[in-house]
Amino acid sequence: MEFAFYFASGVAVLATLRVITNTNPVHALLYLIISLIAIAMTFFALGAPFAGILEVIAYAGAIMVLFVFVVMMLNLGPAQAAQEKAWFKPGIWAGPMLLGVLLLLELGVVLFGHPSATAIGTTTVDAKAVGISLFGPYLLVVELASMLLLAGVVTAFHIGRHEAKE
Amino acid sequence: MSWLTPVVVDVIIQVLKCIVVLLAVVVGGALLSFIERRLLGWWQDRYGPNRVGPFGMFQIAADMLKMFFKEDWNPPFVDRVIFTLAPVVAMSALLIAFSVIPITATWGVADLNIGLLFFFAMAGLSVYAVLFAGWSSNNKYALLGSLRASAQTVSYEVFMGLALMGVVVQVGSFNMRDIVEYQAQNLWLIIPQFFGFCTFFIAGVAVTHRHPFDQPEAEQELADGYHIEYAGMKWGMFFVGEYIGIILVSALLVTLFFGGWHGPFNLLPQLSFLWFALKTSFFIMLFVLLRASIPRPRYDQVMEFGWKFCLPLTLLNLLVTAAVVLLHAPAGAVQ
Repeated sequence: MEFAFYFASGVAVLATLRVITNTNPVHALLYLIISLIAIAMTFFALGAPFAGILEVIAYAGAIMVLFVFVVMMLNLGPAQAAQEKAWFKPGIWAGPMLLGVLLLLELGVVLFGHPSATAIGTTTVDAKAVGISLFGPYLLVVELASMLLLAGVVTAFHIGRHEAKE
Repeated sequence: MSWLTPVVVDVIIQVLKCIVVLLAVVVGGALLSFIERRLLGWWQDRYGPNRVGPFGMFQIAADMLKMFFKEDWNPPFVDRVIFTLAPVVAMSALLIAFSVIPITATWGVADLNIGLLFFFAMAGLSVYAVLFAGWSSNNKYALLGSLRASAQTVSYEVFMGLALMGVVVQVGSFNMRDIVEYQAQNLWLIIPQFFGFCTFFIAGVAVTHRHPFDQPEAEQELADGYHIEYAGMKWGMFFVGEYIGIILVSALLVTLFFGGWHGPFNLLPQLSFLWFALKTSFFIMLFVLLRASIPRPRYDQVMEFGWKFCLPLTLLNLLVTAAVVLLHAPAGAVQ
């Protein structure tokens, strides 16, 4: 399982790098999809198949479809790629890069400072365990998320309403 | 032959079984093109392919030869990488999903404890085939077709998942083999989950872009939609991918609602593969019959039917199923 974990993580990191450096928006989205599937793979390797499959269904299968949908409608051409290239200068990405490296260092310190005793893929968290913890200790978060979704549905209904019928 | 331990032999037999299943599905998908045209001919009171060989049976060979030797031409205005990737996704996504189908008690590729969810994941990914094909073709008709396809597929996948949650609630597992065993011991799920069956069948037709949900391709208005720029083997992969989708949805219907490899009333358990094949071919035939008999509805009607009728119906079905299951559960068993 450890090989699968490191392999999938490597693919995820490389694919995410290409998302940032690619100038063609649709190709960048393709890499983002691959990155999400690779992250699902790491979930599988860590022994959380339910989380992994939800990652593919919800992120790769539904949310990214809407992203691709919108980018397709925008009809971005070579002009857009040239603009992306012009924006992709050291002055632009140096700042975020620095902050990102700081975060990475902090993550390293935290991880290596407190090594956890469990190895990769020793326990399996199945769908039932996820459900029990969602409707047990995390019930408040689920309720809040459902309110947020309801607000989203009401907004979508309002925007999509036909004015002529009034 | 010291390396030929029982474990290695088991692995080799398992791999061979997987290859047999793979080949059977792909060859079945290719053969279906002939069977469909022949059945359509009968039902629509015309001849269909009847020139090549006895009953036109070699028509499929002629078609395949034509497809293999056609020039694999990429138009100069397409996005090469994605244009090539799209047919691969179209064929492989649903083919991979077939691995969770238990064919008989001893045959089947993968026995996943999240089998049903794996199918949803692969069905979700298969949308990209149409999206990428439409976008990379750089053609207005292809783009319109793929926009329709993605909107239709995403809307119908929402209640496709919900339609099967009734089954999951009743069985208490996402594992396909558990679902089949539950049906063998109790009742085939078509009876308690009738609305789940109806909505899943409709969603299955919509997700495979079959008639009457073939607005993405609609020859008359979109001139074939998203695969208008494709030729030769690339087009063939879209074509076979569609038939693999039909086989997959039919096999799923049999597994989830009609007892899988078990016969009615557990008759003749020796003939398990025959039962599975018979029931699956019945549903494949139903797909063709739908195409032969129903006119194509308007696109906005398709979307309205999905969101305003099927989605509430599946939600109600899930609620009622959950309530009944809770009522019958012994006190204390529910947390």
